[in-house]
Amino acid sequence: MLKWLDFPAWLPENASTFGEGVDKLFVLIYWITAVVFIAVMAVLIGFMIKYRFKEGRKADYIEGSTTLEITWTAATTVIVFGLAMLSLPQWNKIKVPSQFPSSPDDVLVRVHAKQFNWDMTYPGPDGKLGTTDDLTLENHLHVPVNKVVHVELTSEDVIHSFFVPQMRLKQDALPGRTINVWFEATKTGKYEIPCAELCGFGHSAMLGYLNVHTDDDYAKWVEEAWQ
Amino acid sequence: MNDHANESHDHHHEESFVSKYIFSLDHKMIGKQFLIYGLIMFMVGGGLALLFRWQLAWPDKPLPMIGVSQEYLDEGEAVSEADRRWERWGEDDEENWFERTMYGGIIGPEFYNALFTMHATIMVFFVVVPLLVGAFGNFLIPLMIGTRDMAFPVLNMLSFWTSVLGAVILMAGFFVPGGHAAAGWTGYAPLSSVPDFTGVIWGQNLWCMALIVMGVSSLMGSINYITTVINMRAPGMTYFRLPLVIWSLFIVAILLLLAFPVVASALALLLFDRMAGTSFFLAEGGGEPLLWQHLFWFFGHPEVYILILPGMGLASEMISVFSRKPIFGYKSMVFAMISIAFLSWVVWGHHMFQSGMNPQLSMAFMTTTMLIAVPSAIKTFNWLGTLFRGSIQFTVPMLHTLAFVSMFVIGGLSGIFMANSPVDIHIHDTYYIVAHIHYVVFGGSVFALFGAVFYWFPKMFGRHMNAALGKIHFWISFIAFNGVFFPMHIIGVAGHRRRIHNPLDTDLAHLQGINEFITMCAFILGAAQIILLVNVFWSMFKGRVAEQNPWHANTLEWHAPTPVPHGNFDQIPRVYHGPYEYSVPGAETDWIPQTQSDGEPSRDEPIAAGATAD
Ligand code: HEM
Ligand SMILES: [Cu+2]
Ligand SMILES: [Cu+2]
Repeated sequence: MLKWLDFPAWLPENASTFGEGVDKLFVLIYWITAVVFIAVMAVLIGFMIKYRFKEGRKADYIEGSTTLEITWTAATTVIVFGLAMLSLPQWNKIKVPSQFPSSPDDVLVRVHAKQFNWDMTYPGPDGKLGTTDDLTLENHLHVPVNKVVHVELTSEDVIHSFFVPQMRLKQDALPGRTINVWFEATKTGKYEIPCAELCGFGHSAMLGYLNVHTDDDYAKWVEEAWQ
Repeated sequence: MNDHANESHDHHHEESFVSKYIFSLDHKMIGKQFLIYGLIMFMVGGGLALLFRWQLAWPDKPLPMIGVSQEYLDEGEAVSEADRRWERWGEDDEENWFERTMYGGIIGPEFYNALFTMHATIMVFFVVVPLLVGAFGNFLIPLMIGTRDMAFPVLNMLSFWTSVLGAVILMAGFFVPGGHAAAGWTGYAPLSSVPDFTGVIWGQNLWCMALIVMGVSSLMGSINYITTVINMRAPGMTYFRLPLVIWSLFIVAILLLLAFPVVASALALLLFDRMAGTSFFLAEGGGEPLLWQHLFWFFGHPEVYILILPGMGLASEMISVFSRKPIFGYKSMVFAMISIAFLSWVVWGHHMFQSGMNPQLSMAFMTTTMLIAVPSAIKTFNWLGTLFRGSIQFTVPMLHTLAFVSMFVIGGLSGIFMANSPVDIHIHDTYYIVAHIHYVVFGGSVFALFGAVFYWFPKMFGRHMNAALGKIHFWISFIAFNGVFFPMHIIGVAGHRRRIHNPLDTDLAHLQGINEFITMCAFILGAAQIILLVNVFWSMFKGRVAEQNPWHANTLEWHAPTPVPHGNFDQIPRVYHGPYEYSVPGAETDWIPQTQSDGEPSRDEPIAAGATAD
């Protein structure tokens, strides 16, 4: 049961570059909230025991304390503001396109969501999407490890959500729009890409796979795919 | 203000059954009607949850009792009565939605989606609002501010019957071809706006209409509450002498008044998209799917505070009475609620961090959302301060109030994780959020509500609820509640998505034991509510007869005779001080009713010591 209190232990393995930053924030908030929770509960239970009704004892007439009000208002404001400021760079790094890393080595894919599959389109040798050498695979995303992968996310019909728990990445795909996200995997392996936004009766089973290859394996896959 | 002070209770003409119990204009009867209505809908909504909880714990297994037997699945041989029933049903040609989507009592994905959609819709719009705002708003506002009735009694009656109409429209959705709405209680377009995407036709339309009708009912109620609180307070009842629960209901009424038109417009646009071929939410037609989310959450976030603020108010009353102490920091409590009300208009984007809205906006929404944690923290600290050096009586309402405080703390703290947009990337749309909403709405509002039912029951029905049953119900509910919802945090962190029909579709087999545990606790939690129902309905007729002021409370409703007559007060009371004058040094009793001026004794009958012991 104690294991149930240790939230961070339940996070799926992290396999992306920015995932570590997300997890650190998670752990930080976990500890702040845990301390607050334990303190509040200790006070609550302590008061419940100490000030329980006893024959002949009267409650004290206390209407409040301005000093205390100001103190706890200020303290909580500082903590939550601090948290917001601390997490801002992390957010910008993951989600704000102008801050995305970019280099000629980067990999580009288009992920097109539709009820109830992910179409993964690779640009092929010319490196451009929308040309004749594009290749589309259903539900399988192949990427090299330690390379930045840019994803152009679109949707055919309803809203879906591209979720890769091990990359700490989630982004809704909207019909009529292209949304750019990125990630860089740090570990090879096969990871699930479930759909995280209710999209109809097949939502639960809408599932793709992210295959993160070593450089060699990736080269081999490219060769086979475009031979 | 009190110009009809003398006339009202004089004409005691016999009322017919219909005008007394059905189309009653009396705020107390309307409050009781809302109470019964809300409790019935609570059972319906809870029952739906138990159905889908079964599927989550034992995916694709037939439901117990309703479903076919395992032998039938394996051998095709009908052995039980249920087997034969499903077999007979299957022979009918006519397209039956239940038969298609839960054949043999196995919950299929379409039915599953309708179940959780309706569970949440019912709980939010047809349970918590009618109970907290409808029942307690109606019952308490005129009594606690010291007036004879609401400003607009007819509007009040219409508000109740409109909400009944809403419930009827909503329930009809289960019986139309294509089945009920299945796009979640948040109804995200275009899933909700294009029938082909879900296969649901009239179900979703009825869902829209039912919510619009409910909105109209809430508008009528809120106009009434606002007018009544502003204009009809008893002499001496200044704003800063109002009990906190009245403040909370007053603020909620303002929020409702401003929020419902927004969602009503959104729902109307959705209906146009569905029925008139417009494309407000459809990209191909030049529309915008995110428009729905902006409108929905612009309403939706104030709505969640509509769900919790009255709970906070009710809890504040009870915590003060049963600590025998003034509420700690009365004014700061009021200002905290007012700032929550203001802030709740500027945080809606925290539901949309991952939605594809401009990511730069997250900064603003993260900050405002973090800020709204501050007044919530202030309230919590003030409740603790109220206990400090009190004389705490662990009555049934107080147990619920203390549960409210601690569960609300958990819900508030889990909110901080999600307010943090980078962390929200991972936990958004997982069970983490399911845990969160239930800690605030069930652990918070519903526990406060249970306590309040127990606390005001003597005034409502002239009889006490049974304390032993109350304690049993409390402890089972409290433990089972935590058994259901606490583990949802960790499966959410582990990546268990919400709104999925079968957890085993993805690699979550290691969490399945927890899912089973949750479901077993949910069945216990559901069963425990039967105790509450029995207690309510039994006590209404057979409970111990209540004194006028059994809890030795100060507020005006306890000054009114029990049972409260038509017109509430023999004479409109005059108010001399605030509502929380408990344990004033030098006073004879440890409570001083708001009606008691210095020197002049209270009109309350002295009550034997120990009368509060239950
Ligand atoms: C027997 C007690 C209850 C159980 C077992 C239960 C269980 C659940 C579960 C498992 C879900 C998620 C369904 C899914 O996404 O697949 C859910 C959603 C929800 N529940 Fe409950 N629930 C209970 C009581 C309540 C109460 C009392 C309320 C409100 C006052 C409530 C409000 C909601 C809401 C609003 C949602 C949907 C949230 C959203 O979609 O954003 N539930 N419930
Ligand atoms: Cu999907
Ligand atoms: Cu919100």
